[in-house]
Amino acid sequence: MPIVVKNLTHIYMPGTPFQSVALQDVNWTIEDGEFWGLIGHTGSGKSTLIQHLNGLLKPTSGEVIIDGVNINERGVNLREIRQKVGLVFQYPEHQLFEETVEKDVAFGPKNMDLPEEEIGRRVREALELVGLNYSEIKDRSPFELSGGQMRRVAIAGVLAMKPKVLILDEPTVGLDPRGRDEILREIVRLRERQNITVILVSHSMEDIAKLVDKIAVMHRGRMVDSGTPREIFRNYEGLSSIGLDIPQITHLMLRLKHQGKDVSTEVLTVEEAEAEILRAARRKGRA
Amino acid sequence: MREITIGQYIPGNSVIHRLDPRTKILITFAFMVLLFVIDDFTGYAFPAVFIIVASLLSGISLKYMIRGLRPLVVIILLTFVLNLFMIKGRVIYEVGPLDITYEGLHQGVFMVLRLVMLIVGTSLLTLTTSPITLTDGIESLLKPFSRVGVPAHELAMMMTIALRFIPTLMEETDKIMKAQMARGADFSSGNIVKRAKSLVPLLVPLFISAFRRADDLAMAMESRCYRGGENRTRMKQLRMTYADLVAFIATGLLAAGSLASRFIW
Ligand SMILES: Nc1ncnc2c1ncn2[C@@H]1O[C@H](COP(=O)(O)OP(=O)(O)O)[C@@H](O)[C@H]1O
Ligand SMILES: [Mg+2]
Repeated sequence: MPIVVKNLTHIYMPGTPFQSVALQDVNWTIEDGEFWGLIGHTGSGKSTLIQHLNGLLKPTSGEVIIDGVNINERGVNLREIRQKVGLVFQYPEHQLFEETVEKDVAFGPKNMDLPEEEIGRRVREALELVGLNYSEIKDRSPFELSGGQMRRVAIAGVLAMKPKVLILDEPTVGLDPRGRDEILREIVRLRERQNITVILVSHSMEDIAKLVDKIAVMHRGRMVDSGTPREIFRNYEGLSSIGLDIPQITHLMLRLKHQGKDVSTEVLTVEEAEAEILRAARRKGRA
Repeated sequence: MREITIGQYIPGNSVIHRLDPRTKILITFAFMVLLFVIDDFTGYAFPAVFIIVASLLSGISLKYMIRGLRPLVVIILLTFVLNLFMIKGRVIYEVGPLDITYEGLHQGVFMVLRLVMLIVGTSLLTLTTSPITLTDGIESLLKPFSRVGVPAHELAMMMTIALRFIPTLMEETDKIMKAQMARGADFSSGNIVKRAKSLVPLLVPLFISAFRRADDLAMAMESRCYRGGENRTRMKQLRMTYADLVAFIATGLLAAGSLASRFIW
C-alpha cells in the first residue's frame, strides 16, 4: 500500500500571532516494502510530516493518499488507516499506562475488536519481535522496567496491530549506545521478517545511512532532497550547509579523494571503505 | 486544545507591554468594578473606547481578542437567552409559551456587553504581561498583607510554576492523545461511561509525567538553594514610570466620565 504526499503544506495555529509554517509544499512517494530514513534538524518538520501519514494531522493544503484513500475526504475510516500505518512516537514509553506489560501491548489490538485468542497471540508475537521474553515480562508492570525495555514494550504495542507500514519517530533518542544499536538491529530484523515498509525518523545520518534504502532530507519544512544514501551524500556540501553531517567514514573517503587519491566516495560502511582503499592501493601498485 | 487564546501572553514591546504589572493589575481591577457599577448604555461607551484605545496601543488586534471569546460563546449566548426570556415587562414578541419583552432584550444586550468587555478587558492584561511579570506584580501587591499572614511569596511562586507548566502540560496532553489514537484509541465517541473510561490511557501517563516533572523541578530548585522568599532579592526591580502615572490618570478620567454620564443624560 503506497503512500503519496502531494504538495503538502501544514500551518500550526493559522491566523494567530503564533502561526507557524511547519511544512511547505512537500512531495513524497513511499512504495511498498521500501526502507526510508527521514532526516533533518530538530524543528525541520519531520514529526509533523509523519503525523500526516496516518491521519493524526490533516493537511492545511495539499493531499495525503494512503492506499488510494485521500485522508481529506469526508468519512474516511481513520481507525483503519491508523491500523495499517503504525506510528511509534518519540519517547513512546511515555504512553504506557496499564498495570501489566501484556495488557498495555494488548491495547491496540483490543481497539481493533479482535477476538481474545488473536489478541493473545499478537501480544506474544509482538513482544518477541522486539527481543523481549514474553513469559518473563508479561505480568510485570511497565513502569518498573528499564528505559530500553519500556521503549521496546511501547514499540511492541504498535507492532501488535500488525501495521503494513511502520513509522518510528527518533526511536533511539535518549538511549545509551548499546541500547541504540540493539533497537536499530531489531528494526532491521523486523523488516526482514515481516516484510513491511519502514520509515525511520532521525536527526543523525550516522544512525541510518547504512540501514535504509532511501533517505529524505527535511530542512525548514521543505523536503530538500531524497534518494539513495549514496545519491544524497554526493551533495555533502549542501548537507553540511543545513547542519547535517555525513557519516564519519564517508568523510574519510572524501578527505582521501581531496588529497588526490583515486577512491570512490560512495561508501557507507567501514567494510566498504576498507575494500575501496585496498582496491585503490592495488590499482596504484599496478600502474 | 491549543486554540484557546484566553490568558495567553503575546510578547511585544508596546507602551502597554512596558507598563508596570502592578499598574495593569490595579487598573484591570478598577475596570472590572466599573463594569459592574455602570448601569446604562451610555456609560458603557467609556470602557468601550478605553478597550479600543488600549488595544491599539498594545499592537494586538481587537479581532484576535474577540476570537479569544470563542470558547465562551456558549456562556455568552446562554446569558443572552436567559435574560431575554426571564425578565417580565412589555411583551414585544411571543414564541410559544415564552415572551420576549422589551426589558428582557435591553437587559440581555446589556449583560452580553458587560461579559464581553469583562473578558476582553481582563485578557488585555494577560495578553500584554508575561506570566512571570504578572506574578511579580501580584507578589508585590500582596506584600503589605504578609504581616497578617498572607504567604505572598509562596502564592506567587505557586502561580509562576503553575503558569509555566500549563503550556507544557497541554503539549504533553496533545502528544499522549495522539500516541494513543495511533493505537486505535477513540476519545470522542460513545456514551459518558465509555468516554470516561477512554480517558484512562490519557490521564495515567499525564499524571506520571506531571509527577516526574514536579520531582525534577523540586530537585533543581533545591540544588540551587531555594528556601522561600526570605531575604530574596530580585534581578528585575519593578519600577513605576510616567507612563504608569498617565495610565492611572486615564483610568480615573474613565471612571469619572462613565459615572458622570448618568447624571448628564
Ligand atoms: N503542536 C504544535 N503546535 C504549534 N507548533 C508546532 C507544533 N508541533 C510542532 N510545531 C512547530 O512546527 C515546526 C516543526 O516541528 P516538528 O515537526 O516537531 O519538527 P521535528 O520533528 O523535525 O523536530 C517547529 O517549528 C515546531 O515549533
Ligand atoms: Mg520531532
